Amino acid sequence: MPDLLSVRDLRIGATIFPPGEDPQDIDIVHGISFDLQKGKVLGLIGESGAGKSTIGLAALAYGRGGVRITGGEVLLDGKDILSMNKKGIRSIRGARVCYVAQSAAASFNPAHKLGDQVIESSIEHGLMTREEARKRADYLFEILGLPDPHNFGDRYPHQVSGGQLQRAMTAMALCSNPELIVFDEPTTALDVTTQIDVLAAIKNAIEKTGTAALYITHDLAVVAQISDDIMVLRNGDTVEYGPVKQIIENPRQDYTKALVNVRQTKLAEARDQSDALLKVENISAAYGNGVQVLHDVSLHVPRGQTLAVVGESGSGKSTLARVITGLLPPFKGKVTFVDEELSAEQKKRSRDHLRRIQLIYQMADTAMNPRQTVGQIIGRPLQFYFGMRGAARKAKVIELLDEIEMGETFYDRYPAELSGGQKQRVAIARALAAKPELILCDEPTSALDPLVAEGILDLLMRLQKERQVSYLFITHDIAIVRAIADSVAVMLQGKLVDFGPRSEVLNPPFDDYTDLLLKSVPEMKLGWLENVLATRKMESAGH
Amino acid sequence: MANPLAGVYAARHRLKESHPLTVLIVERLGLSLLLLWAVSVLIFAGIEALPGDFAQTYLGQSATPQSIANIRADLGLDRPITTRYFEWLGGVVQGDFGNSWASGAPVTEQITKRLGNSLFLAFFAAAISVPLAVGLGMVAVHYRNRIPDRVINILSLAAISLPEFFIGYLLIVFFAVQLGVATFPSTVYDGMPWSERMAAIALPTATLVMVVLAHMMRMTRAAIISVMSSAYMETAELKGLGAFKAIVKHAAPNAIAPIVNVVALNLAYLVVGVVVVEVVFVYPGMGQYMVDAVTVRDMPVVQACGLIFAAVYILLNMVADLVAIIANPRLRHPR
Amino acid sequence: MRLREIPLTAWIGILGILFAFFCAVFASLIAPFGEREIVAGVWEPANELYLLGTDNLGRDLLSRLIYGAQTTLFVSLAASILSFSIGIFLSFTAAVSGGPIDQGLSRLNDLMMSIPTLIFALVVLAVLPQNIFILIAVMAILDSTRVYRLGRAVALDIAVMEFVEAAKLRGEGRMWIIFREILPNALSPLLAEFGLRFAFSILFLSTLSFLGLGIQPPAADWGGMVKDNKDGIIFGIQAALIPGGAIAALAVCVNMVVDWLLKRTSSLKGGRGDA
Repeated sequence: MPDLLSVRDLRIGATIFPPGEDPQDIDIVHGISFDLQKGKVLGLIGESGAGKSTIGLAALAYGRGGVRITGGEVLLDGKDILSMNKKGIRSIRGARVCYVAQSAAASFNPAHKLGDQVIESSIEHGLMTREEARKRADYLFEILGLPDPHNFGDRYPHQVSGGQLQRAMTAMALCSNPELIVFDEPTTALDVTTQIDVLAAIKNAIEKTGTAALYITHDLAVVAQISDDIMVLRNGDTVEYGPVKQIIENPRQDYTKALVNVRQTKLAEARDQSDALLKVENISAAYGNGVQVLHDVSLHVPRGQTLAVVGESGSGKSTLARVITGLLPPFKGKVTFVDEELSAEQKKRSRDHLRRIQLIYQMADTAMNPRQTVGQIIGRPLQFYFGMRGAARKAKVIELLDEIEMGETFYDRYPAELSGGQKQRVAIARALAAKPELILCDEPTSALDPLVAEGILDLLMRLQKERQVSYLFITHDIAIVRAIADSVAVMLQGKLVDFGPRSEVLNPPFDDYTDLLLKSVPEMKLGWLENVLATRKMESAGH
Repeated sequence: MANPLAGVYAARHRLKESHPLTVLIVERLGLSLLLLWAVSVLIFAGIEALPGDFAQTYLGQSATPQSIANIRADLGLDRPITTRYFEWLGGVVQGDFGNSWASGAPVTEQITKRLGNSLFLAFFAAAISVPLAVGLGMVAVHYRNRIPDRVINILSLAAISLPEFFIGYLLIVFFAVQLGVATFPSTVYDGMPWSERMAAIALPTATLVMVVLAHMMRMTRAAIISVMSSAYMETAELKGLGAFKAIVKHAAPNAIAPIVNVVALNLAYLVVGVVVVEVVFVYPGMGQYMVDAVTVRDMPVVQACGLIFAAVYILLNMVADLVAIIANPRLRHPR
Repeated sequence: MRLREIPLTAWIGILGILFAFFCAVFASLIAPFGEREIVAGVWEPANELYLLGTDNLGRDLLSRLIYGAQTTLFVSLAASILSFSIGIFLSFTAAVSGGPIDQGLSRLNDLMMSIPTLIFALVVLAVLPQNIFILIAVMAILDSTRVYRLGRAVALDIAVMEFVEAAKLRGEGRMWIIFREILPNALSPLLAEFGLRFAFSILFLSTLSFLGLGIQPPAADWGGMVKDNKDGIIFGIQAALIPGGAIAALAVCVNMVVDWLLKRTSSLKGGRGDA
């Protein structure tokens, strides 16, 4: 069978403009080759900077920003689209090859109805009449599981939810009956329970329409559910390329093995949890506009251990951290720390209380003053809480830098000169400098690539062992909970739905929502998605 | 403990949910009225609060306590300020701005004629500068970061830095004195033939155009660039739409509001430009009237002109905001 | 900051500004004649003795231009420094305090900004006695509304950043937060804004003087010199264009520096980064 898409030795370069320096030409992709047959799905996986989106867009002969294709061939049905003229390329885009972006919310024009945007390319390329296109859009809305499919197209982008928009964008790509669709991280921005529905809808639509697809993601477990082949990319090079079964079950390269084995449990056995360091009792809180975000939440963090608070966006898990820090005083309930009740307002707390509870943020970028050096950032708590100055302070900062595996060379660097993982390590060191007993970790790894995140988790676990520090770890990722938590709190829409030792919460009998959450997290197993969907169908039939 | 206002707030909230557009427009109109009233207080009462006695300055060296008292009584300045404010405001609402201290003639009569002249000038300046600025802005975006864009950038930077009167005199020296093709000073009068009137306003119009053009062009460029770099423009390109079609169908509906906004803001800027340009060209408009009044401290005229200029300015800013509100699809099509 | 990163236009701007300041500071040493000294006939053309000719009263134009630099630069610089101080102080106070203080200051600012600056100045100057310090104060107060708006936006942008929250959580005081956390990050846009305010002050002062409401004669000031000599224009005497050109040149210089500062600010923030 001839290949639909054949990429030969693709090379991609870009011009970057570092502030204060001359523009530089860099290579992002160094000679990538792959083949894709009709109706098949190839997963492109890699961390940020791997060049996966750039390769996907090359299938539409498109370079984003300063990116341009510098060499190689992209053969569609045997014809090189890179050597085509503008008109030729235009006749392919939106007709034979379509694109689904990560952020559907930004990719739809806010001024037009969804339906008009979905059918636009089909009409533009003269593939269908308006009536035919509308009919097809209705059909696609239906197989993608959108509500009220016949009227869905009359809505404007801001009138529907994120998950629905993502499906509408898939419908837009499918409408013109393309031979190939490029999916660029279509579910990354969604919550897990939404992600599984969108994933199922995309898989279903791909099967029903028989289109081929390039599926780009950083999540190996996701791509394993939907692809026939997988290509693992790193820094613009192919690491491993093969059938999905081989990659998942029998990876050959160390890097792929690491990706497959990410987040194995880091805990030995269950520990005694009766000694509570921090107790949250009957907390209810609302924002200034009167919207209540926490409803009667009670939980505790065991001393020297980790409590994972898990939930999706809007569950109130970050708000809980704000209540504990005193940034958002609750209107009901109290927070007790080592048998002392904490003042509800941060401003009224003693310096010692402030010192003993530290916070690590999700975005290390914004959590550190860009005008301060690493030495100043870590040194400030030492000076502020312990009055350390001069050489003593510097020695202590360097000691902390060693502890986070970075070292003295970073002392005079600015945050902008650090990688994402290094920034998060500095943030950890800043928290450690205060010698805290409790560290609130607000999704500290969710903005990082899987292997980098792994390193951060390892560091946190090692520090816990050495220093007996407790963590309240906020996350949306059940896999992390499995790997690090001693006890687990599950939150949904501001309410605590489940709380207890990990062995109880993550094992049957389940709370309904915990069950849904657990089942929605993609597993590194072939056929996981089918199994979940099949179980769901059986359950709903049974009811 | 029921808050008596709670019901009102709740009703407003419901209305805002169902008809956000109407509520916002009504609120914006109300705000403009409130601003206008506050400005009238500021211009009338605020001035009274400042140090400096009109009669004293008016009479200068020849002031005696008696003559000062006489003048104050003549002008009604001996009465309480609130009485005078409400009398003045009552008159203003009916279109009566009182009598000039200098000439004793009704201010309204003078203003009607001069306001017409100023608007006539501003209208032509706007009619030329708006399409020109939007066009040049588009050209600059089209050649973004290339030679034409840079040339336009440097020229507009220079134009922003030129004082209005300097542009005016440069044009006079070149076109009126050296080439002798233009008229100066730009006197206009009632019953003046149309062609002569147009010749008279040619140079002042050109000056005003140059004054607002650069600002408007730069802001238009920024507005278009912000729309063109949106993700939905990439979507349009990846759908295989041609550049022209993508711009007409996807960029234009989103760019119109910011551009109209820019235009309205710059027309408001014309208000200021008109004052200086009228003085340069000895053009009988509101601006010159006001400057003359300020030099002789003819307060009723100053207050009237100040209020009218502020009203035009507030009106144009309101239009800019209203356009932005109406053009927002989120408000036009609530959930 | 490395010197070679500064673009040519900014260099021209910096040199132009330095030159103007040099003239202003050493006016009495460089100027060939006195500021108010009548040396020759009215509107004499340029010659070896009077390099730029003489003005409407027979004073040396070059000398007045040099002395004018003194007045123009002093008044506009004083006005912009004052307006900047008022604007930044009030805006940072509003941004950090929030609540009724912020509301009150911001609504007052909206009200002031709803009257065009020049019109407001005309109304106010019609009442106040003519005096250079009152002039500076009026210019500064009216212009501080623009600084306030920007300062508040910048401060609010930074105040919601997590590193500021982190400092609050550490227990730092308000002064540390304003001066050590917020201000260093606000410097770049504020510096550009200062340049913009300075350029505006130069133009605004010149406009007021040109309308006869700024610096009062016989003191030399560029806007006033245009006014003094404007009647010569119709006779082909270009004495008015020289001070006008000086104003324009200085404003262009300042704007070129500002343009560079603004670009530098935006490139520090970084653009839309896509992998």
